[in-house]
Amino acid sequence: MSGGTYLGMPSFPAAARLATQDKQLRANLTRATHTIRDKRAKAVAELEDWAELREAGKRIKDHTLRHLDRYLLQLEEKVTEAGGHVHWARDAAEANQIVTDLVRAAGGGDDQPREVVKVKSMATQEIGLNEALAEAGITAYETDLAELIVQLGHDRPSHILVPAIHRNRTEIRDIFRREMAAWGRPAPDELTDTPADLAEAARLHLREKFLRAKVAVSGANFMIAETGTLVVLESEGNGRMCLTLPETLISVVGIEKILPSWQDLEVFLQLLPRSSTAERMNPYTTMWTGTTQGDGPSDFHLVLLDNGRTDTLADTVGRQALRCIRCSACLNVCPVYERAGGHAYGSAYPGPIGAILTPQLRGTATEIDASLPYASTLCGACYEVCPVAIDIPEVLVHLRAQVTENEPGHRAEHAAMKAATYAMTHPTAYRVAQAAAISTRRLQPRKNLPIGPAKAWTEARDLPELPKQTFRQWWKETHR
Amino acid sequence: MRIALFVTCVNDVAFPSTGIATVRVLERLGVEVDFPEAQTCCGQMQYNTGYPAEAAPLAEKFARDFRGYDAIVVPSGSCGAFVRDIHPRLLGVSEPPPVYELTEFLLDVLQREEVGAYFPHRVAYHPTCHSSRLLKLGDRPTRLLRHVEGLELVELPGAEECCGFGGTFSVKNPDVSAAMGADKVAHAVESGAQYLVAADNSCLMHIGGLASRLKAGIRPVHIAEILASTREEVAA
Repeated sequence: MSGGTYLGMPSFPAAARLATQDKQLRANLTRATHTIRDKRAKAVAELEDWAELREAGKRIKDHTLRHLDRYLLQLEEKVTEAGGHVHWARDAAEANQIVTDLVRAAGGGDDQPREVVKVKSMATQEIGLNEALAEAGITAYETDLAELIVQLGHDRPSHILVPAIHRNRTEIRDIFRREMAAWGRPAPDELTDTPADLAEAARLHLREKFLRAKVAVSGANFMIAETGTLVVLESEGNGRMCLTLPETLISVVGIEKILPSWQDLEVFLQLLPRSSTAERMNPYTTMWTGTTQGDGPSDFHLVLLDNGRTDTLADTVGRQALRCIRCSACLNVCPVYERAGGHAYGSAYPGPIGAILTPQLRGTATEIDASLPYASTLCGACYEVCPVAIDIPEVLVHLRAQVTENEPGHRAEHAAMKAATYAMTHPTAYRVAQAAAISTRRLQPRKNLPIGPAKAWTEARDLPELPKQTFRQWWKETHR
Repeated sequence: MRIALFVTCVNDVAFPSTGIATVRVLERLGVEVDFPEAQTCCGQMQYNTGYPAEAAPLAEKFARDFRGYDAIVVPSGSCGAFVRDIHPRLLGVSEPPPVYELTEFLLDVLQREEVGAYFPHRVAYHPTCHSSRLLKLGDRPTRLLRHVEGLELVELPGAEECCGFGGTFSVKNPDVSAAMGADKVAHAVESGAQYLVAADNSCLMHIGGLASRLKAGIRPVHIAEILASTREEVAA
């Protein structure tokens, strides 16, 4: 399970089946998601105007998406005026190539070790940047604690906010002891699994990388068009180190991360911390505008990433997914995520938001992508907590209709649905089907059926025994 | 006021006792209720599985079958929500049909919290997702249950969590569905209740199917059947 490529992933149900059988994983996820879920509910309940903030967040994002062309050009102009360089990337391959070339150009002589430090970034996970850099002989060091755990464990992130949520602290201690030496400063011999010790080991391991790095790669939570300012919110301070110490900073940011003005940012600085880490305010907020002489990186590059976003924008129902601010509140309340785990979603974006974002960014041609819109009971818990009011169930159902229309493998189901509708709209057919079901009820097994949906149902559940009489037969006997 | 019962296709064939109970409660309260016999299905399964073209004829048929009624009572939160939220979209109209989930009808239209029911058992209420998040039934079901003579209402741990049914989710993702359902059964057992009550038989069919397989001593029951139950019936 190493690397950032998701090609050839099994479908969601197949991957989820394995996850439901992993008792340790289930326990880790249940404990972690319920803790964050409860804390978020408290943090949100503190604000009397949460509903208004949520509505404002939704409106600002919708407005910005409607005028994205104008705001992106304004942003480019302002970043350039402030001494930065703006690059446009149509897809993952273009973005990876741009970053690779920039790192090579920044690295000094060929005898220098080619390496970058990284701020936790969903966009670079999405495009598989670390793997692309590795192919070009460049080592990317993750500096967020959880991303470090994932990287050292040859693992993949399974959560947007807490990528190592599937690991408990004993597993983390073992990964540190086993792997740190190969990447730099080894873990202390007597490392325990207390959070303070684990954090200290990571701090010492990372410190030498911060001090040595010439190039940093980040994403951004927000980009402000009116001044060309980028904003990163984080909790550990590693981001601040990466964003200020190296000479060159390269930020890869999805084009939908833009906000028109600083006044708009105010809304999101309230919505995001409470929704994601359940904090009133996040510990570190770093903002920068181009370059400033003698202060921070002297060379700044912004790579604006499309990678399926303009296609998503063209879909009038699906485009609301682009409002997402990556808070992960939907993951933490999702009962399916809690049982299936993040890896089953086969993408950097797991959980409910991933189930609607991934099939839009990547299309639905692969087995995993076509199965994602079905990875939900439509219970609606995600929509309830979303700080920008993305109606995830609505988009899921919308994408299901696209999958059944465009992808093979739904022919038998489509025929069954057509037959059901035929029976339901033709009274004689309906009566015959009902009568057949009732008259054979004694012959119908309730357990261990051999094929299809009946098999899937009876593997874990008994079927109810049908009654002797339908409701409408009773009605005829008693009310006519 | 002309009042119709939309029994739902699942209740019609698999859970007629819920439809019968709904009629009994309403008639006991002096409501004259019709059962338009042409009715079949609201189309929710087709729509939610990704077949809107197969759902649209059913929405049209529903509108025809229930035309002229002032209130349509449905003993299902999920079907009620589908007709209210999605039928207007499928039909290109602005107003939904006047559908009321049973507890909405009892409290909002008839303004009755006490319906003369008797059910001497310990009961936990599971707020199904569509009845709570889409229909926003809130405390209507528990207000009615608290007025049932002999009934002891106990707290269900993790009540707001989905049971894992999710329509065709239950067969497309059977392992996650069963894992969620098993947790719901465990919570119901933990609550100490003898019966798990809800406003949706499809969720109860899933929970009950698991409880039966796991040999957990908890029985699913639709809220209409508790509200219809009387002292005379229990004695008999």
